[in-house]
Amino acid sequence: MKHIPIFERAGAFAENKDIAREIRTQEIIPALDKNEEVTLDFDRVDVATQSFIHALISDVLRKYGNDALDHVAFKSCNETVQKIINIVVEYMQEGL
Amino acid sequence: MKIHIPNSAFLGNIDPFLRGFDPSSSDSLEITANNKWISVHPIVLSMIAALGLTLKPEKIHCEKFEAKSKHYLARMGLFKTLNLPSDMSFIEHEPAGRFIPVTQIRTSGELTKFIIEMIPLLHLEPEQAQTIGYVVSELVRNVIEHANSKNGALLCAQYYKKSNSIRIGIADTGVGIKATIHQSYPAKNDLEAIQLALWPGITGTTKKEGGTEQNAGAGLFFIKSIATVNRDFFIIYSGHGFYKLLKNLPTKRLHLNADPFEDRHSKDNDLPFWQGTIVGVDITLDQTEKFSLLLDAIRKTYTTAVRERKKARYKKPRFI
Repeated sequence: MKHIPIFERAGAFAENKDIAREIRTQEIIPALDKNEEVTLDFDRVDVATQSFIHALISDVLRKYGNDALDHVAFKSCNETVQKIINIVVEYMQEGL
Repeated sequence: MKIHIPNSAFLGNIDPFLRGFDPSSSDSLEITANNKWISVHPIVLSMIAALGLTLKPEKIHCEKFEAKSKHYLARMGLFKTLNLPSDMSFIEHEPAGRFIPVTQIRTSGELTKFIIEMIPLLHLEPEQAQTIGYVVSELVRNVIEHANSKNGALLCAQYYKKSNSIRIGIADTGVGIKATIHQSYPAKNDLEAIQLALWPGITGTTKKEGGTEQNAGAGLFFIKSIATVNRDFFIIYSGHGFYKLLKNLPTKRLHLNADPFEDRHSKDNDLPFWQGTIVGVDITLDQTEKFSLLLDAIRKTYTTAVRERKKARYKKPRFI
């Protein structure tokens, strides 16, 4: 199980796409390649921009299809963050 | 280049100011102003700062301003940004809750630092601060990633007590929207490029649905949506193209459109050429819809737009 606390990397206002890319390429994708379960923990994150979430997970969905959602969980998301994640997950699946 | 600061230029009446901009002779800049009164949107200062930074200070000629409100320009940091001497003395106010002076942001790290510092400075309710942080992040990040502008983004913002609104202006002197969009979508002119850039899911980085791993083509649509829902002005000016989202009438049922030309708007494709992109947005704070409610509407419009675009590419069966 790979646990990734987003606040520690991106702060309460998660908007830096470079950090999102680092998390994706250095942590999420290698963990999924090893068949590990991934938890993205949004505890203490007040806002995440759509650009940040896109940079974090869009390529994961493109690479592994929507099966990736069976192996990636989003923890402690507030309502706003949940909705941004839903938007990205939905448009990515429309485009798969 | 010549730019004249009028007595009034806000997003609602900014068109004459933009039409008066003279981009010829790009090796010098002459700044003049109304001699009675100056009251302008921060976008005006961002534009002047962006233009001025393309030149050495000695190539900028700034007339001696006579207007009583001339100190506003100094207080907002315009002369400091351009390294111009200013003989105007003014009382330095604590900026908290009032304004963000002209600020240059060139890198992703600078932007992140700026957002962290900006949010407490504005002394807003958390919900409102989130909306403004969101707008600034998406707009400035667009400049950093797509504009290829040596001087990055020039940002300026001001709180207006009377209207309880924050007005934000961001300017760059980069490649402009048409050059960016044209990498993936054919755009006949600057206005068509602006229309495409505002469409959800369209990005200059790829034709692929869903964008690239770093870009979705959603940022400007989100900002336009925030302005639409809050019934505020939003403008984009790039090349000869200009788009202005007009205020929705209070009685009208709010609805988000994927096509910006279906919103209540004005447009022009014949303005003096601006090398780069200008974005201005007003956010009226007491009208700020709960951000999460706005996201519901965005989700619906965005997904429908992607679905329709995908469907439009379906091959039809041949019946013979």
